[in-house]
Amino acid sequence: MTQMTFARAINSGLRKSLENDPKVILMGEDIGTLGGVFRVTDGLQKDFGKHRVVDTPLAESGILGTAVGLAYRGYRPVVEIQFDGFIYPAFDQIVSQVAKMHYRTQGAVKMPITIRVPFGGGIGSPEHHSESPEAYFTHTSGLRVISVSNPQDAHTMIQQAIASDDPVLYFEPKRRYHDKGEVDETLDLSAALSMEKARVVTEGTDVTLVAYGPLVKTARDAALAAADEGVSIEVIDLRSLAPLDFATLEASVRKTGRLVITHEASQTGGLGAEVAAGITERCFYHLEAAPVRVTGFDVPYPYSKLEMHHLPGLDRILDGVDRALGRPNSLSGLEG
Amino acid sequence: MFTDDAGKGGIAAGGPGNSAESNRRTGGDLVQLITPGGERVSNPEFDSWVQDVSDEQLASLYEDMVAIRRIDAEATALQRQGELALWPPLLGQEASQIGSARALRDDDFVFPSYRDNGVAYVRGVQPADIVKAWRGNALAGWDPYTVNVATQQIIIGAQSLHATGYAMGIQNDGADSVAVAYFGDGATSEGDVNEAMVFAASFQAPVVFICQNNHWAISEPVMLQSHIQIADRASGFGIPSMRVDGNDVLAVMAATRIAVDRARRGGGPTFIEAVTYRMGPHTTADDPTRYRDANELEDWAAKDPIERLRTLLERKGLLTGELEAAVAAHADAVAKELRAGTINMAEPQPLDIFKHVYSTPNSTLDRQQDHYTRYLASFGDPAEAASEEGAR
Repeated sequence: MTQMTFARAINSGLRKSLENDPKVILMGEDIGTLGGVFRVTDGLQKDFGKHRVVDTPLAESGILGTAVGLAYRGYRPVVEIQFDGFIYPAFDQIVSQVAKMHYRTQGAVKMPITIRVPFGGGIGSPEHHSESPEAYFTHTSGLRVISVSNPQDAHTMIQQAIASDDPVLYFEPKRRYHDKGEVDETLDLSAALSMEKARVVTEGTDVTLVAYGPLVKTARDAALAAADEGVSIEVIDLRSLAPLDFATLEASVRKTGRLVITHEASQTGGLGAEVAAGITERCFYHLEAAPVRVTGFDVPYPYSKLEMHHLPGLDRILDGVDRALGRPNSLSGLEG
Repeated sequence: MFTDDAGKGGIAAGGPGNSAESNRRTGGDLVQLITPGGERVSNPEFDSWVQDVSDEQLASLYEDMVAIRRIDAEATALQRQGELALWPPLLGQEASQIGSARALRDDDFVFPSYRDNGVAYVRGVQPADIVKAWRGNALAGWDPYTVNVATQQIIIGAQSLHATGYAMGIQNDGADSVAVAYFGDGATSEGDVNEAMVFAASFQAPVVFICQNNHWAISEPVMLQSHIQIADRASGFGIPSMRVDGNDVLAVMAATRIAVDRARRGGGPTFIEAVTYRMGPHTTADDPTRYRDANELEDWAAKDPIERLRTLLERKGLLTGELEAAVAAHADAVAKELRAGTINMAEPQPLDIFKHVYSTPNSTLDRQQDHYTRYLASFGDPAEAASEEGAR
């Protein structure tokens, strides 16, 4: 076990993938000599060369489109999208090409592309640097979407994503890059938790609280705070956003009878809606209350002086828990 | 504007390591080796690249062009008869497609658009497989690796990046094969084609961009895409280009050979504008009489690529009755194969819809498949139930 930051844990995972498979190739803007704007790829070009760690021109569709061609040729490209809000120019290549090539060719052409996306807010950035675009991709068949919440997962899941023959969007919570945690670098991938599985972070009996990426830490803090008031929250880290591990969610909700889901992304059409609907379909008669969503608002990501109002914090999450429990809350007295 | 004058220009000679020279082009002259009247004209820079083309090979180019025109006619007929949902005719672009595709090696990899059926034919795609996607029986009719042709791209220009990325892979592998992207004049307005040229130039990737300027992007004329000759755009990216008569099979072949040779020798990308004309509609769903002048079509019919080669063969005394009969018989056989293959094509099965979305199991999809399997089973015969479902 080694103490390391989140960013370092990803770097270490990338290094192992580069070492283990000569077909792995990293591509992106500023990832080489600079080591990426968040230094996640620090030192990799120096050690693996410019042909393995490629500084690309500034063109997101170009990065993804050439990755498709490299995958056609048998490579396993790992591309970095510098910031969440820059992924949109690459949207067509991701949803129309990367996602569909395997289906289109009836399995003949594999697209083992990993798309690393630093995402989410909370770091006081300007516009286009704090977005949570994950739902666009969970809506697209053919893609796997994951989000990591701690250094150990960051380390193992980047390797699992790269090893996957399916394309994977790997969402990195940028406000957690400097958080430290224990990482077992010797953990065998087959021994690690499958990247499709959700993880029960803290066990509880009163409410199931679902989070992923940057909000897992906040959710855990909320559970600790709630425990002081005698409320037992079971926190689940989704880890995989597509597919969703409903088996783990279902087991938890059958136990607690109440569901709260939280994410930074806007509410409408967000992942919270999918979790709420899926759980309602599966365990309607076990629910004691309607599922509750605590999310970002349906607004463009606001300027940084207001972002703390947009992002679900500990208190907003606890308010959501109170709603699920039927305890006095900010909406008490309102219909619906 | 297209002229019938024999072209004088071409690309500046330049091999690897001579980037300043190789990046310069000599202007917008249209390279032509066969005039519309079927006369072989000399071009010192290009002649040497096709001097090995024997009489037999010339006849075989003619045979290929007739065959793909026949595939086009047969597929159009099949569409009119309800056997295909849609068909994008290449009528008029036979020389561009045959001349370029015949210049490639088997281990080169082609990334075509939906109209490049002639290219697919040359690479060995079976006639019925060419129409499989247009019949709705698959999204792609062939395994790309069996013929080294990617599936036909429908998103305009997206494949230019795939070709460039593939070429970067060739480069990494230290191989001397080449990736080729085919697209039309309209695609040059797309970001992807421009980004592909940036990447290709930056990495000096062994990729050849073949733009068939057929003058129309559905109803939009080429003037709406570019106010300069399309070939001239490439120089802005540092990519040498050629502008050739796309209805002249030898000119297209020579240009492609030059480009491919440059790429193999480490000289980087080349852009070819093959100036041609789409004589038919964009697709069978389209009505070109609404947007283009009948005189324009007439002008271009006089420059027909097949007629031109036929006249050349005639002038050379190669157009024997025997050859004509053999070419016709071949086209008949291909058309027959296409028709039979289309009509007898195996129908996909209902549960095939779930296959190959992922390489590995996916719990969400597995659940949907399981539910739909049960739903179909509730009718007794799943195939029958699915066809009823589809009929609603």
